[in-house]
Amino acid sequence: MTATASRPAATIFRRPAATTGFWSWITTVDHKKIGVMYGYTAFTFFLFGGIEALLIRVQLAGPNGDFLTAAEYNALFTTHAVTMVFLFVMPAAAAFMNYLLPLMIGARDVAFPRMNALSFWIFLMGGLFLYSVIFFSDPQAPLGIADATGTTVAGNLDPSYNTLLGGLPDGGWFLYQPNAGPSYSPGLAIDFAALGLQILGVASLISSVNFIVTIFNMRAQGMRLLRMPVFVWMMLVVAFLLLFSLPIIAIALFMVTFDRSFGTSFFQAASGGDPILWQHLFWLFGHPEVYILILPAMGIVSEVIPVFSRKPLFGYAAIVFAGAGIGFLGFGVWAHHMFASGITPVAQAAFGLATMTIAIPTGIKIFNWLGTMWGGKLRFTTPMLFAVGFVSQFVIGGLSGVTHAIVPSDWQQTDTYWIVGHFHYVLFGGAIFGIFAGLYYWFPKITGRVMNETLGKLHFWIQFIGFNLTFAPMHWLGLQGMVRRTWRYAPEMNMGPWNLAATVGAFIIALAVLIFMVNWIWSRRKGQPSGLDPWDARTIEWTIPNPTPEYNFASNPVVHSLDDFWHLKYSEDDEGRPVRRPDADDLVVRLDHEGRNPTEPIHLPNPSYFPFIMSLGLPMIGYGVIWHTALWGKILIGLGALTTIGGLLGWGMEPLEEPHDDHGHDGHGEPAIAH
Amino acid sequence: MVRPRAKLRFPWSTGRARLLPLAVLALALTSCSFIEIDSPLTIFEPAGPFAERIDGLFWPVFWTAVVVFFLVQGAILFAVFAFRDRPGRKEPKQTHGNAALEITWTVIPTLILAVLAVPTVQAVFDLTKCGDDAMVIEVIGHQWWFEYVYPEHGGITTANVLVMPEDQEVCATMTSEDVMHNFWIPALNGKRYLVPGQTTILRLQADEPGEYWGHCAEFCGLSHSLMRARAQVVTAEEFDAWIAAQSQPAEVPAEGTPEWEGLQVFLNKGCTACHAVDFADGSGVDDVVRARGTFRGPNLTHFASRHVFAGAYLPSEDIGYDEALTEWLANPPLVKPGSFMPDLGLTGEEISDLIAWLKSNT
Repeated sequence: MTATASRPAATIFRRPAATTGFWSWITTVDHKKIGVMYGYTAFTFFLFGGIEALLIRVQLAGPNGDFLTAAEYNALFTTHAVTMVFLFVMPAAAAFMNYLLPLMIGARDVAFPRMNALSFWIFLMGGLFLYSVIFFSDPQAPLGIADATGTTVAGNLDPSYNTLLGGLPDGGWFLYQPNAGPSYSPGLAIDFAALGLQILGVASLISSVNFIVTIFNMRAQGMRLLRMPVFVWMMLVVAFLLLFSLPIIAIALFMVTFDRSFGTSFFQAASGGDPILWQHLFWLFGHPEVYILILPAMGIVSEVIPVFSRKPLFGYAAIVFAGAGIGFLGFGVWAHHMFASGITPVAQAAFGLATMTIAIPTGIKIFNWLGTMWGGKLRFTTPMLFAVGFVSQFVIGGLSGVTHAIVPSDWQQTDTYWIVGHFHYVLFGGAIFGIFAGLYYWFPKITGRVMNETLGKLHFWIQFIGFNLTFAPMHWLGLQGMVRRTWRYAPEMNMGPWNLAATVGAFIIALAVLIFMVNWIWSRRKGQPSGLDPWDARTIEWTIPNPTPEYNFASNPVVHSLDDFWHLKYSEDDEGRPVRRPDADDLVVRLDHEGRNPTEPIHLPNPSYFPFIMSLGLPMIGYGVIWHTALWGKILIGLGALTTIGGLLGWGMEPLEEPHDDHGHDGHGEPAIAH
Repeated sequence: MVRPRAKLRFPWSTGRARLLPLAVLALALTSCSFIEIDSPLTIFEPAGPFAERIDGLFWPVFWTAVVVFFLVQGAILFAVFAFRDRPGRKEPKQTHGNAALEITWTVIPTLILAVLAVPTVQAVFDLTKCGDDAMVIEVIGHQWWFEYVYPEHGGITTANVLVMPEDQEVCATMTSEDVMHNFWIPALNGKRYLVPGQTTILRLQADEPGEYWGHCAEFCGLSHSLMRARAQVVTAEEFDAWIAAQSQPAEVPAEGTPEWEGLQVFLNKGCTACHAVDFADGSGVDDVVRARGTFRGPNLTHFASRHVFAGAYLPSEDIGYDEALTEWLANPPLVKPGSFMPDLGLTGEEISDLIAWLKSNT
């Protein structure tokens, strides 16, 4: 149409045109490519976080370990947590959300494709910014405490404790004040953590808005809310959790940055601030964050179990509303992280009761997954193994979680390895097993191949054993009084054998992940071709060819029911058992053919340089704030702001379409519609 | 649909050998029962009414969880084996849900939780307020040691070892002078934060004399893992005797003795910048040190009455008292990372004199 015709095509604002190669990835606004980039980036950070975990476990393998210095240990457990939470599980969920959500609701892209690219690039910049502290830590810097002017006045002046790894953020992922404040953590590490998390939060906030709008506005005809796959529902809940919780942590992190860099005293008790306020703000974000991490995996499992049970999801509405219920309750339980902090008994009792209620919707989900499997015809493919593993291990994490709601009991357990065991059963046994289930299940959508099942099953069993060997003993260790974040424990504490078991388990997990990587790399090229419908699936993302065509759906799908694809393939006999329709095989062949040969030109959003350019400004501002006392720091803040605002202007002035010339994908580039 | 071809075959890919990994796991888990030696920090040996109250709450919840665990895992395993796809297995009935079941598995957990909630809430209110007859002991957190002050006994100030009488409730009135800490003696009660600028309380009571281990449980910086504590519970008579002894000022050793040389090291090498010693003439450095605020070391007046030092980290199974004290004084940050006691470059002789003096401070 016309906006382009009437406007002179200024070359600086020309849309990029590459569809392959390096620049196509930099400029892409395709939700699938963005999803893949999210996935690979997240997995890379997963390896970082995993290596950090292994180093931690080596240090703890025996009493009085001396593999790491205390500074290194504190940096590693902090960075492990920050990495796994913000740089792996969250972006891995974003990868699934990006790649699959439009496919599952029958859309050609998300509502705001360029904003989607912006989310990814800001996330990447935030992660790189956070880790870049390692280049700026001064190995000779004295440790210890500083007075109001930032001069170190006391403490360990022996630099042998400070090493390269020790320069990573070391205040715990929760950055409790005043320990992570200017007086007690005077280095740069916490500044990088606070600003890095701030940048990552921007990325997630943009995503959440984008996906809420997408889900509400871009569903295919007939895709009513209660016909959406549960994965989409869970992602909707996650998007709302992000939308409401991220502003809280953004404000709180700004307050920390102001305390550290600009002399305010929000949380610094020595000058009248309130460190407990920080805990409230952090956990008011931090607890919904837990559900942000686990709900996507619950969504994945809710897709996988019905397919491999050959039954519809048991209690679809119950699972959906339980998920939404968990989201609501998740905002009302934050103080259970603070039962030992001396909050009033009324608050402790209230938050204890609220925490108990979370067990109810969680239980509903578990029972409904079990109900789905019950009486089914279960095929234990790798995705199903991981999904059932998720259910089984999440039960353990849920049950140990109930003990935290018994407030006085929590006074014994909090800040011990009992908690470490508990949340790894939720986040590893839960979220990560769910993520692997999803990777094996949807791998064909990305590659057109299935992953090797033998290696996949080997991966599952080794990971299952390694996981339980690592984290089950931690429950026992916690009840035996092993405190969290402890660099050393005394031989008299009799904690050696189970710590050694946990360390061995951690390396078994590492082996399992290596097997997964081999499988992934091998299967991408040599895996068995999947065809359109490798799993006899139920939902509409499997009605289009594998790998997914650039335009997703050759023609806009129309949805008639929940599990629409299944009902196209199967009818039911008198007993309610599925009978494959005689034309089902023909249907699959036809869908594959039609999906590859669109009958009319398809308009796709054009790529753009500007999301990437905009994202470059944020780390510049971050570095500038850290070195704001120097002139070049101030200049960097200005340059960063100019880059971001300039990118925004360019974004605004970018033509909707390049006049069609070289967008050759049989007609897809033709500007059919302008929004 | 794809019937994936197995390209690699392992012994456990087929038949009954599939159960091998499960068997290994079961073996690993049952071996739990072979290790029964409790840690001195265990929560399983409550030694007073408050810890016992918590213990009494933990076990019903634990056993409820165990029952639920076996029911749910049993159901999962049953489904896995009973409903797995075998040749000739019919297509399953397409059930979509069951309202009665949904209500059942909503109501039953709700009832279980409601039952657990009652004693929980009662215990919260009972355990968060000190009794009227409680003896107040102030607990002050420092990086990385606990200080104890006895306001009802003339303000005796000690560190690392909390001495308390048996069968007497202690109302620990706690704060921190630097970052947040978390005071925890598992045998006597749960834990409570020490928050700078605020006061929290924790009820402690032991039925029997004995030594109970404690630990700082909140991450508080470099040597968090070495910030430990001991509670020394004694009989009422022993406690009175201890109070009397602690109320005595430090003795000035005879000139020329190693103890006297040690005192000179203490007075002249900068130790007094942080450590107080209360002498009979009222000298000592307590007020100066207090006025400076946060950077304070333990009061050394009765150093040798405490069997542990350096945040109750030393001595330990690995290293005896004298040897540990020598290493500690030679280079404190090497022993305890981040320690605010710097390496003063003391000679071997100075250290042995200092130890002689410290050991005379009974």
